[in-house]
Amino acid sequence: MMFVLLVFLPGIAALIAGLFGRVIGDRPAQLITSVAVSVSAIFAVIGFFQITGSDEVERIQILNWISSGGLDFSWAILVDPLTAVMFVVVTGVSALVHWYSIGYMSHDPHKARFFSYLSLFTFAMLMLVSADNFVQLFFGWEGVGLASYLLIGFWFKKPTANAAAIKAFVVNRIGDFGFALGIMAIFLVFGSVDYATVFAKAPEVAGTSIGFLGMQLDTLTVITLLLFVGAMGKSAQIFLHTWLPDAMEGPTPVSALIHAATMVTAGVFLVARASPLFELAPITLGIVTVVGAVTALFAGTVALTQNDIKRVIAYSTCSQLGYMFFAAGLSAYSVAVFHLFTHAFFKALLFLGAGSVIHAMSDEQDMRKMGGLFSLMPLTGTMMWIGSISLAGVGISGIFGFSGFYSKDLILEVAWASHATGANFAYWVGLLVALLTALYSGRLLFMTFHGKARADQSVMAHAHEAPLSMNIPNMILTVGAVLAGVFAIHAFTESEEFWGNAIFMLDASKHVLEEAHHLPFGIKMMPVFAGLIGLLMAWYFYIRRPDLPPRIAAANRPVYQFLLNKWYFDEIYEALLVRPAKLLGYTLWRVGDGRIIDGFGPDGFAAMVMGLARRSASLQSGYLYHYAFAMLIGVAVFVSWFLFFG
Amino acid sequence: MEIGIAHYLTVGAILFTIGVFGIFLNRKNVIIILMSVELILLAVNINLVGFSAHLNDLIGQVFAMFVLTVAAAEAAIGLAILVVYFRNRGTIEVENINVMKG
Amino acid sequence: MILSAVAFYVFAAIIIASAVMVIGARNPVHSVFFLILAFFNAAGLFVLAGAEFLAMILVIVYVGAVAVLFMFVVMMLDINFVRLREGFLQYLPVGALVGIILLIELIFVVTTQINVPDVQAISAAPTPAVNELTNTHALGQLIYTRYIYLFQAGGLILLVAMIGAIVLTLRERPGVRKQKISDQVARKRSDAVEIKKVTPGSGI
Repeated sequence: MMFVLLVFLPGIAALIAGLFGRVIGDRPAQLITSVAVSVSAIFAVIGFFQITGSDEVERIQILNWISSGGLDFSWAILVDPLTAVMFVVVTGVSALVHWYSIGYMSHDPHKARFFSYLSLFTFAMLMLVSADNFVQLFFGWEGVGLASYLLIGFWFKKPTANAAAIKAFVVNRIGDFGFALGIMAIFLVFGSVDYATVFAKAPEVAGTSIGFLGMQLDTLTVITLLLFVGAMGKSAQIFLHTWLPDAMEGPTPVSALIHAATMVTAGVFLVARASPLFELAPITLGIVTVVGAVTALFAGTVALTQNDIKRVIAYSTCSQLGYMFFAAGLSAYSVAVFHLFTHAFFKALLFLGAGSVIHAMSDEQDMRKMGGLFSLMPLTGTMMWIGSISLAGVGISGIFGFSGFYSKDLILEVAWASHATGANFAYWVGLLVALLTALYSGRLLFMTFHGKARADQSVMAHAHEAPLSMNIPNMILTVGAVLAGVFAIHAFTESEEFWGNAIFMLDASKHVLEEAHHLPFGIKMMPVFAGLIGLLMAWYFYIRRPDLPPRIAAANRPVYQFLLNKWYFDEIYEALLVRPAKLLGYTLWRVGDGRIIDGFGPDGFAAMVMGLARRSASLQSGYLYHYAFAMLIGVAVFVSWFLFFG
Repeated sequence: MEIGIAHYLTVGAILFTIGVFGIFLNRKNVIIILMSVELILLAVNINLVGFSAHLNDLIGQVFAMFVLTVAAAEAAIGLAILVVYFRNRGTIEVENINVMKG
Repeated sequence: MILSAVAFYVFAAIIIASAVMVIGARNPVHSVFFLILAFFNAAGLFVLAGAEFLAMILVIVYVGAVAVLFMFVVMMLDINFVRLREGFLQYLPVGALVGIILLIELIFVVTTQINVPDVQAISAAPTPAVNELTNTHALGQLIYTRYIYLFQAGGLILLVAMIGAIVLTLRERPGVRKQKISDQVARKRSDAVEIKKVTPGSGI
């Protein structure tokens, strides 16, 4: 019962705030949604301690959804350790974002709608993680996509926001197409879409082949690849990443909730959830690793040059998601989920902190116009520092580290220890990205909070520390960013009982995970060194010698432009895909619909009727001899008819 | 050769066709049209009388008499209309009578 | 027998020839003449068929009344017949084709013999033999007894036609002075004469 309430309370609150927001007023709408999600969060924590570590798996069936022929699945809530962890992450961050938004959106005229959308998103995400079959997961998947669209385009009067929302939805759609194909393939091969049935039958199916696009390919590879395409879309991996930076058009709490902690992690969740399938498809795992590593590298390099504070954090998210994926690709699903868990804390903290900064700087988001804010906003500044250090993964192995240290380090250790395809590549890329991460995080901090103030007088005069309503959620997140790692690492990654049957790993993979925990100290500290070097470089370039970055940029114009323009992905897509698609649509509309269908259909009919009528009317010429002639012809026809056919 | 019903009917058919020709072949003289109508009616009469003779039935001739009556009446009215038309238009060219054009 | 056959062919030939000339003559007066010729020969055909009353009626009514009426109108309308023949040839090919097709089919139809054996028994008004009753007498017996209503209706049609023709063509000519006898007769002395008292030498 508790779990049912956990999942549905946000949904009900969303409905109330959405449908009756105007009736009940803004304050009650905000309170109802925030309280509902907070209650869900409390339930999630209780559930977390109840479910993890025991073999207990709760499955509550709500309603039979489809029962048609061989297809039979229901609306149900499945709570196993993986779900329990996700519950905590989703409801926790969502509750904090709700409370934060009360302060952040206090000047917005559409508060009730915003909170309703936030709760709607939470509900959809909870449905996603608590599904017991792939179709319900897809429902949640689409639901969060919808909520993302609604929230990115929340300020719908801004054309850029509208465009960004559509871009997010369309790019997601491409991923969803692959995902849907994957689900259909699952049904085709396994005869069911329930997790239980599919995962139980997976070992039998391994090694068989399926016909796809005319080729005979390994079944599980095809299925998992298709599922991964969906994950790529949702989690903004390379090629399907273009929507994430533009999604920053939405309000900052949206970015914190959806594009840092929850929605974008749905892809990682999918891979972890389908681990029984992925484990038996080594080719896919290799691809996942490479894609994750490349994404991490790509996002890291681009983040170095961005000037919008939110975009830097967005690319940082993209990069960290790459980490999670390549951890999953190396069969370390628990490590990936652990990184997801810690990342939620410090990334949400970074976003909300950035929100406070933007709020203080009168909605200025360009870092080149900030600087010297630390004295004016010490609390926010400190929390951002802690979040960034956590992101950079600073700590001392075996003694203490911030939460990012534990998770990121473990990922790199697994990469070192693993012998799977791409593991070596992933390790060195991961190490480089660790340096880049520290570099751009330091750059963000130094440009925003330290150094000379570059904003003008009036803006600086207005800059103030954020109100308590915005700071308290940040403080809670800070605690998580610091301590989550040290408390959770053992449970998440070393104990088998923690996960129960939620995550499946082959024995070889479990062995790798074991090894990863016992690497030499030097190897374990390599990422930390990389991070520290990165931070030092950031200090040097932005505090000591702030004239250097522009000179380096000017000296390497092409490289700088390449990175600044995000590796020209948007431009390539625009030319290759968007413009032909628009042209196709336009042609189909003008020619296909307008000329052909309308021409033969309604307009054509009307014109034809008019033409016929006009021609028939011309028969009535008014001349007697015309009529007589017509009569004669008629008589001749009749007589002929009766003579020959009568 | 024995003159049978076929001969009378053939003559009637030919006269009928000629009468119809007259109506639409000429475009300049309304009187010719009226005369063609008379020809058509004559053809009908020949037909009726022919059958009356062949079937030994007087009904044909009675019918033919009535046709005659109506034909005369119709000729009178037709000519009256023609006269009035001529008074108004000054010409009897059929080519220009297209006021009923639809 | 041979005489009747020859007579038939002669009459038939002349009818057809005159019909063609009716529609083909340039002068409308000639057309009327040829129409009269056609009627006469048709009367001859009727006589051959044994319907002499009808033949005479044809001559009296058609030729004597209808054709003369045509002649009246043709003479009365001042027609410039030189311009009247254009446009004839435009329709000729198609029209001729259609007409000939029609003609051939009609002849097909009329030359088909279907034998109905009982037709003699069901004739509505069997023609009495010529030595018993003349054609006129026989017709009269039929018309004034069984078809009296139709006969009266025919008379009404003629009446309506006469009235119609008069109504259509009668026109009031303004400025023509006619005598109104009734007004003349109804005049009283008081309308005509007026006594005025006049003193001598002063005038009216």
